[in-house]
Amino acid sequence: MTQVENRPRTGTSGPVVGRPIDRVDGVAKTTGAARYSAEYPYADIAHAALVHANVTRARITAVDTAAASAVRGVLAVITHLNAPPMKPARPVNLVNLSTLASGSSVNYLNTDEVHWNGQPVAVVVAETLDAAEEAAALVAVSYEELPATVDFGAQEPHATPQKSTAISSGGATKGDAEAALAAAPVSVDLRFTTPGHHHNALEPHATTAAWDGDRLVVHEGAQNVAWVRDQLAWKFDVPPAGIRVIAPYVGGAFGGKTMIWPGTILTVLAARVTGRPVRMMLTREGVYRAVGGRTPSTQRVALGADADGSMTALIHTSVTQIGRVGGGPEQVTSQSRHLYDAENILVQQNQVTLDALSNTAMRAPGESIGTFALEAAVDELAYELGIDPIELRMRNEPARNPIDGKRFAHRALREAYARGAELFGWSDRTPQPGSMRDGRWLVGMGVASAYHPSWQFQANVTVRLAADGTVLVRCGFHEMGMGGATAQAQIAADALGVPFESVRVEYGDTTLPTGPGAGGSGQTASVAASVVAACEKVQRTVLALATGSKDSPLRGQRLADLRARDGGLYRTDDTRGESYAAILGRAGRVSVDAAVGSDTRLGGIVGQMRFLSKFLLDNRRWVKAASGAQFCEVRVDPDTGEVRVSRWLGVFDVGTVINAKTASSQLRGGIVMGLGMALGEETLVDPRTGRIMNANLSDYHVPVHADVPPIEVHYLDEPDPTMPLGLIGVGEVGITGVAAAVANAVHHATGRRVRDLPITLDKLL
Amino acid sequence: MRVNGAVQSLEVEPRVSLLDVLREHLGLTGTKKGCNQGACGACTVLVDGERINSCLALAVQYAGREITTIEGVATGGQAHPLQEAFIRNDGFQCGYCTSGQICSAIGMLAEHRAGAPSAVTEHLAAEAVELSGAEIRERMSGNLCRCGAYNGIVESIQDVAAGHADVLAAAR
Ligand code: FES
Ligand code: FES
Repeated sequence: MTQVENRPRTGTSGPVVGRPIDRVDGVAKTTGAARYSAEYPYADIAHAALVHANVTRARITAVDTAAASAVRGVLAVITHLNAPPMKPARPVNLVNLSTLASGSSVNYLNTDEVHWNGQPVAVVVAETLDAAEEAAALVAVSYEELPATVDFGAQEPHATPQKSTAISSGGATKGDAEAALAAAPVSVDLRFTTPGHHHNALEPHATTAAWDGDRLVVHEGAQNVAWVRDQLAWKFDVPPAGIRVIAPYVGGAFGGKTMIWPGTILTVLAARVTGRPVRMMLTREGVYRAVGGRTPSTQRVALGADADGSMTALIHTSVTQIGRVGGGPEQVTSQSRHLYDAENILVQQNQVTLDALSNTAMRAPGESIGTFALEAAVDELAYELGIDPIELRMRNEPARNPIDGKRFAHRALREAYARGAELFGWSDRTPQPGSMRDGRWLVGMGVASAYHPSWQFQANVTVRLAADGTVLVRCGFHEMGMGGATAQAQIAADALGVPFESVRVEYGDTTLPTGPGAGGSGQTASVAASVVAACEKVQRTVLALATGSKDSPLRGQRLADLRARDGGLYRTDDTRGESYAAILGRAGRVSVDAAVGSDTRLGGIVGQMRFLSKFLLDNRRWVKAASGAQFCEVRVDPDTGEVRVSRWLGVFDVGTVINAKTASSQLRGGIVMGLGMALGEETLVDPRTGRIMNANLSDYHVPVHADVPPIEVHYLDEPDPTMPLGLIGVGEVGITGVAAAVANAVHHATGRRVRDLPITLDKLL
Repeated sequence: MRVNGAVQSLEVEPRVSLLDVLREHLGLTGTKKGCNQGACGACTVLVDGERINSCLALAVQYAGREITTIEGVATGGQAHPLQEAFIRNDGFQCGYCTSGQICSAIGMLAEHRAGAPSAVTEHLAAEAVELSGAEIRERMSGNLCRCGAYNGIVESIQDVAAGHADVLAAAR
């Protein structure tokens, strides 16, 4: 099993943080050499395929596996009748966050109950992929069907308020928002809906699993390798230390590879049963049926204002769904607590429970759909008031967090709008809907705010500085395309004053110190904090070695008086100093090592407690977020209602930008996914059966090349004083506000308000 | 069949797709499976220079043909200009669509050179179609990128189509 070879390829000198360096994995990814989870060669590999239930709630009465078993090459047909026992889903415990990671509470193939339409009820293992797939289609399952609740729309009136916990707030109030709304001279009171969405990472979920006694190697495109390890150790009742999860390359994830879904568990089970290494890639349809997606939502946004535009009331409530077997609240009203200085505020999230697969996090869970409703409603209020939508936002820009008066760690929305308006040419816009044309196309321009809270997690890191001047950074973080290894190499290079090329970063493997999961846009900042701390420890050790020698020009110096540059430590008062190679060589050391965080059992608990207490303390002290201003121009065909996005510009406040090349790609990726949400993406669920009707990439419309114009990304590039290196994650903020900016632009072009996503042409005709 | 210049003789069941032969039988995992239904383009390879979705192709139909996969687009140890341009322009994130995008772009550029029009070509009878951004986007729309790296992909293709790649290579 190989570690990722991560040889940077760009010639550079001097500090590299802030430079748009090419990705370190560029060659691997453009030559086909990068191996994803289904691509590890094992002699003797067997292939598995799932059988999904085609009923919603049921008890299995019989399974006929004769035809499937008769297919040439079939090794095993595993059902609840012959599967070995696994432990039921692990109870959630906040001191061990990996307990949050079970995709559902169902003990697959250890139960005769079916809880959602699509639940795996059997797994077939065969010598070849084709044999496994053929046999899976031949497994005949009989059911006794049970009553089921699957229609989100019908259940909406029965929604119950989400309870607040330490890490998730269901609702909040300031003043009496309903009374203020009723009294407001100008107001809007609107209902919005958003459909379910699916991540559709281009790589379907895939697992390769190989047992050796009680030891297990798993290749799994995961957003959190440690969670996969811990969940599998629990399910199969083996020590976590014997499980190695390897995921250097993940073919996209967007939240869909955070939880441990049935495909992973059943591949490991299949390998256990057959004694062979087993590989399974879910079919595209299987991904829809066995991996959760984003919940649908209905939302109410009501805004009241004085005639000058000062908001007196802001109400945002939502209904989302969870599955009876799992899932969680969606923080739909998150941004509405922070964006506008309304005198009275009411936010409340509500839930319904359905017999459906658990909902799960998908890029900016909550804010992506919440900003749609809020920011479209603000645009409507602007039109009611006759005030420019940017001006209305500026008039309501708060100095402190509106809902509770906490300080903002950093806030620069005014600057973002000012820059964006100028660069985009907002002043050319004539406000009257339908007033701008280009030939036969109606042209519209819209804006919306982007907002996403910033997070920081625990990251264990080791750094090794070798006598030859090379640096090895090890941390089990994850790379789904964000450019994490590139950014961390840049950070370590500058922290130690060595060339970018001398730094190698290892990640995506549970044999490394435990890293944070890729989620909440928190990975880069979390790892950066530990890399910087570890590099400082390395320097302290190096300095101690140097000052121990009477020959060293660093004798008697303190670290604060030195600068790391040119592969060594140098005094700031004159040019004297020494290279690391010289210091280590004289001391007879091959390397200097430093660790931040510990992977012992106690270390793990201490780390999680530290994370929780820092999280809670930070939360009490200030509000931190990435934010931005999204500018959209659309063209709408007046005859067909076809919407084309013709221009896009975003100005983002994401603190320090480590690498504008990779950060811009992430932000653009978010915007592109937002365009999909605005104009095409919709998981269609049969309200009678709860079965997804468009479980493929032909009928679920993700944006294609032709849908995406050149996207301009700009940064304010001011460090956030409360974050490591001043950086805020960029993975999710890009998608927020996008659907609203599109909807607002469509209104400007056509005079039509579409409050139900996606904005398809039938809704404009 | 010949794959990336090497003769491969193998026996497979008639139902096996070209994609599965490449990935599972020949170990050429650079070609990706994103949907297995012809809807994403991740499996794009070149057959005698033309781009196809290998998931929709039965391997047995390609006996005797010349297949080029991402592992074979470089020549004589020299990366294909598109490979270099993708890195320079950040034409990918996760990398899972990248092999398909590059193979598809190679095929697309050849189609364009041969004078093939697209759905957005204004004058179908015109001798030479200018390869505008809109033309590239239309012609590449069979290749999905869920990471949304479309801008960088189009820039990379523009660089190569305009011959910038050679200038840049010479400047290095
Ligand atoms: S895998 Fe062939 S088109 Fe998607
Ligand atoms: S780079 Fe991830 S799908 Fe294109």
